[in-house]
Amino acid sequence: MKSEIVVETRNLSMHFGGVKAVDRVNFNLRENELRCLIGPNGAGKSTFFKCLTGQLSPTSGDVVIRDFNGTGRLPHQIARLGVGIKTQVPNVFDGLSVSENIWLAARRWHGAARARSLTSQTVERLKLGDIRTDPVGQLAHGQRQWVELGMVVAAEPWLVLLDEPAAGMTHDEIERTVEIIREINQQATMIVVEHDMQFIRMISSKVTVFHEGRILIEDSMDVVTADPRVREVYLGNSAS
Amino acid sequence: MSWTRENRWRAALVLAGVIFTLAAPGMLELFTIINLSTAIALAILALSLGLIWGYGGILCFGQTAFFGIGAYAYTIAAVNFGGSSWAVLVAILAAAVFAAVLGYFMFYGRVSDVYMAVITLTVTLILYSLLRRTSGPEYKIGDALLGGFNGVTSPPLNLPWAPYMPLFPEHVFYVGMAVLIIGYIICAWLIQTHFGRVAVAIRENELRAELIGYDTRFYKLAMFTIGGAIAGAGGIIFANGVGRVTPDIFNLYNSALAIIWVIVGGRGTLAGPVMGAFALFYLTSWLGTQGVVNNNLVLGLTLIIFVLAVPRGILPTFISWWDGARSRRAMQRRELKVRRKRGRRSSELREAADEK
Repeated sequence: MKSEIVVETRNLSMHFGGVKAVDRVNFNLRENELRCLIGPNGAGKSTFFKCLTGQLSPTSGDVVIRDFNGTGRLPHQIARLGVGIKTQVPNVFDGLSVSENIWLAARRWHGAARARSLTSQTVERLKLGDIRTDPVGQLAHGQRQWVELGMVVAAEPWLVLLDEPAAGMTHDEIERTVEIIREINQQATMIVVEHDMQFIRMISSKVTVFHEGRILIEDSMDVVTADPRVREVYLGNSAS
Repeated sequence: MSWTRENRWRAALVLAGVIFTLAAPGMLELFTIINLSTAIALAILALSLGLIWGYGGILCFGQTAFFGIGAYAYTIAAVNFGGSSWAVLVAILAAAVFAAVLGYFMFYGRVSDVYMAVITLTVTLILYSLLRRTSGPEYKIGDALLGGFNGVTSPPLNLPWAPYMPLFPEHVFYVGMAVLIIGYIICAWLIQTHFGRVAVAIRENELRAELIGYDTRFYKLAMFTIGGAIAGAGGIIFANGVGRVTPDIFNLYNSALAIIWVIVGGRGTLAGPVMGAFALFYLTSWLGTQGVVNNNLVLGLTLIIFVLAVPRGILPTFISWWDGARSRRAMQRRELKVRRKRGRRSSELREAADEK
């Protein structure tokens, strides 16, 4: 028996003037799934992501998260459903320390004592102990990404949406990030937007390929990479 | 509240304030004390802006609007009630409600920072022009004639629920210092609560605060309203210190001045803006008695110098200098110890060599 559908979009469209960044997308995600969204630049995956997370209000169509219609809601209303979100450009509290960043996320959902223990747990889990008291603004790019992941994890979400979690990371950092993502996936359903094929191969999950605002194909990584249309989309883009 | 280093400093500052409050009237002339009451009122205004701008990240160019509304509401209510007890409450409430209504439209309307500064300034200037035009006998609220640009005479504060016991000017000084110190303690406490820490987080990154589930509009509105209430309390002291409120309280000069206090004193601290207000108040009144240079020129120059040379303001710059000096001293001590140890060792070696 298949598990329940927890995220669904129905004919979701987002137009910017005449540009159809997302065009009538029907997308389903089942519980405990780890799904990657890929596609060349401008395929609409980030716009789709922003519609899911409330950062953009779609032109038409619906976003349904469990039984909640999330269409056109604000980010904090989406987060309130138990959704953890990491954006493409690291959004962290630069002037505050690593543990303060994570505490703020934990304290949103838990009492003072539980928030404190969750904070130290998360710091440990992500191996951020040595830089716990450093202001996040002074950290390296990869570390900032992890702090943001830490904020997502500390809230103990059941649904996690990550936009390019490995962008700008070194190879070692990417491996560590893959480990973290696998760990998160044990408790949460996940959507990961990424255009780094290597990275997705490491996660090895079901993949949804976006192209020109639509879903091109949805299957395992092996099938997707063997598909001539996907090859054309990627190669065609890089050749031009 | 834990006794962090910051809180030890804050406690020391509060203690210094209390000692000053008790000692000053015995040491200073009455004229100075009366003058100080006005400076204290402005310091409370600076504190409120220091809170909402420095911690809440809300650039309010019209914090004087709430200050002025507090002063006017106090005066009008005190004239009508024939006593100050309820007038004090009315004034603080009026300022807070005005801030809440204005803030509601700005934050829930998602107005961006720059426009927020413009809107708050404009509202202040509208109040200024509006009140200047109230010189006829028809402009009155209850028994209080608004009096156009001559303003209204403010009845003095009295003992609670005893209108026949008005306070003397030196007592207003006590009340002013009490409001300043209590206001400071409230702000220092507030920024360490969950609420305050979220407000700071919103200042750092509003989108991230939303993504972890905080309704940032609500937090900003609450912060703005608290700031308005504190500014309103300052307005009461101002009305008492000067003895009269005029529309000039809302003019461009004053709203710019509040911003300059915070920039000079240091954004992101509470004591900094208070110090900035005192320092500039005495600088301008001293310049006024000299009559050599134009006040505005000096203020403008001060602002430019600070923005260029001390962009973080006096207090933060002082703190990092102090910390730097302390760690340098500690390092020197350590080096000295190492050198001494080395010296001892080499002399021991020499002795050993001599023995051979």
